[in-house]
Amino acid sequence: MTKSLFEEKLNSSKFLITTEVGPPKGVDISELEHHIELLKDKVDAINVTDHQSSIMRYPSLGGCLLIKERGGEPILQMTCRDRNRMALQADLLFAHSRGVNNVLALTGDSVDVGDHPEVKPVFDVESAQLLKMIRTLESGKDAAGNDLKGAPQFCVGASVHPSADFIEPQLIKFEKKVAAGAQFFQTQGIFELASFRRFMQYASQFDVKILAGVIVMASAGMARYMNKSVPGIIVPKEVIDELATAEKGKGLQKGIEIAVRMIREIKENNLCDGIHIMAVGNEGIVPEIIEAALMEKVQT
Amino acid sequence: MIVVEQKPVDTIQRMVAPYNKVMILGCGTCVTVCNAGGEREVSFLREALQFAEAKNGGRDHSFTEHTLKRQCDEEFLELIAEQVRGIDAILSLACGIGVQTLAEHFPDMVVLPGVNTSFLGMAKEWGIWDERCTACGDCRLEETAGICPITRCTKGILNGPCAGTKNGKCEVSPEMDCAWILIYQRLERLGQLDKMRRYYPPRNFRPIPRPRRIVASPSFTAVGGNHD
Repeated sequence: MTKSLFEEKLNSSKFLITTEVGPPKGVDISELEHHIELLKDKVDAINVTDHQSSIMRYPSLGGCLLIKERGGEPILQMTCRDRNRMALQADLLFAHSRGVNNVLALTGDSVDVGDHPEVKPVFDVESAQLLKMIRTLESGKDAAGNDLKGAPQFCVGASVHPSADFIEPQLIKFEKKVAAGAQFFQTQGIFELASFRRFMQYASQFDVKILAGVIVMASAGMARYMNKSVPGIIVPKEVIDELATAEKGKGLQKGIEIAVRMIREIKENNLCDGIHIMAVGNEGIVPEIIEAALMEKVQT
Repeated sequence: MIVVEQKPVDTIQRMVAPYNKVMILGCGTCVTVCNAGGEREVSFLREALQFAEAKNGGRDHSFTEHTLKRQCDEEFLELIAEQVRGIDAILSLACGIGVQTLAEHFPDMVVLPGVNTSFLGMAKEWGIWDERCTACGDCRLEETAGICPITRCTKGILNGPCAGTKNGKCEVSPEMDCAWILIYQRLERLGQLDKMRRYYPPRNFRPIPRPRRIVASPSFTAVGGNHD
């Protein structure tokens, strides 16, 4: 039996589309709810970010419950920055009990890059260890080896950085995540396909599904800012130059154009198993991107 | 060595304000080497405090100077027992261990910290000190080519780099090397990359609950210890 609707789709040969929503800072969840309504029937699953960029927000698990309540398929992004093993396990038990059965296991950004740089960073475990801990919970044991009364089941994913400038250590980490139980990978943002093709030639030997991360840039300024300040993002100069050709106020349109082109190339060349669209604050444009890229309304 | 940084003079001034007779006490080991709490700094600090006081028109305090070989060893503290009787407070320029050894040894004396104890590290070059050890109590440097990921990776992770590394630097600062890139490069150089391919389970934090204590084996006590 599959553990979730998303796992069922992972096991099919469907070209997968996931996207993500970022919860608000505060209790006004109207925009988040709006984005969920807009996206839930257009994609195979929606990630909810976990204090993205180490900025304190409404929790990922709360966002996942909202998706679930509206009949969507959530992926719980879970970082190791803010919770020790006890808290992570407790949240996983809770998530399963509420039908949130897809988890993306991440180490998490450093607290220094966010809006609470004075807090104590936890990192009791990291991504590969979290993956292993999830698989241990599934076996009916907690991380300390104690018996669980009822074991959860999860479809588990992780992240990988195919265009990292020192790629070999990233690939070693990737293999550890595969061995630790990752079934799917949503990559960091891809901006050029040469390094992604090389990565896929290597990654195709593993029995995991790869979803290429596509970030929608809203302007050349945003791309430069992300290059400088957002961990794990390397936007090549050519992309920044192309964004800079946009007329004033039309940056996002250019960003959409680039994203659509990227998705088309990935799908037409059958480079990987799907895409993960990150619109970073412009979630409303995701349906438009999907439609334009795939030239058909996506059926889920 | 233990690396410390002297507190700003105005902070020290506020700290010593309530006490008339203050002994500025230096330490002859780590803090001397890192130019923050040895004989020379004791003397500089005394002058700075006296100068600041004179500038404000007062001369309420009297300062004395001493520097011991080690403040973290009660044997040496006995050497100043006589002088301590006549004063109101000790301003220690030793690390936090020295300050606490003084407080334990002189139960009726106020002891003030003149430095912030920063970390265990090495002098990288003249005037630059880098942290190297967290004193985690479970050394794994054999697995990581002599480069400590717990100390030198901002997240202290054990299974390789996170995705935040760029140009071999950490996501926290473009000045800071990514420990895992350094480890990868050195393991490769040593022909030991298999060590990086191994999965390392989460750390055991049981050696960590504080305060820690080490008790010497009976054979150590029998030969009279090692008090050189």
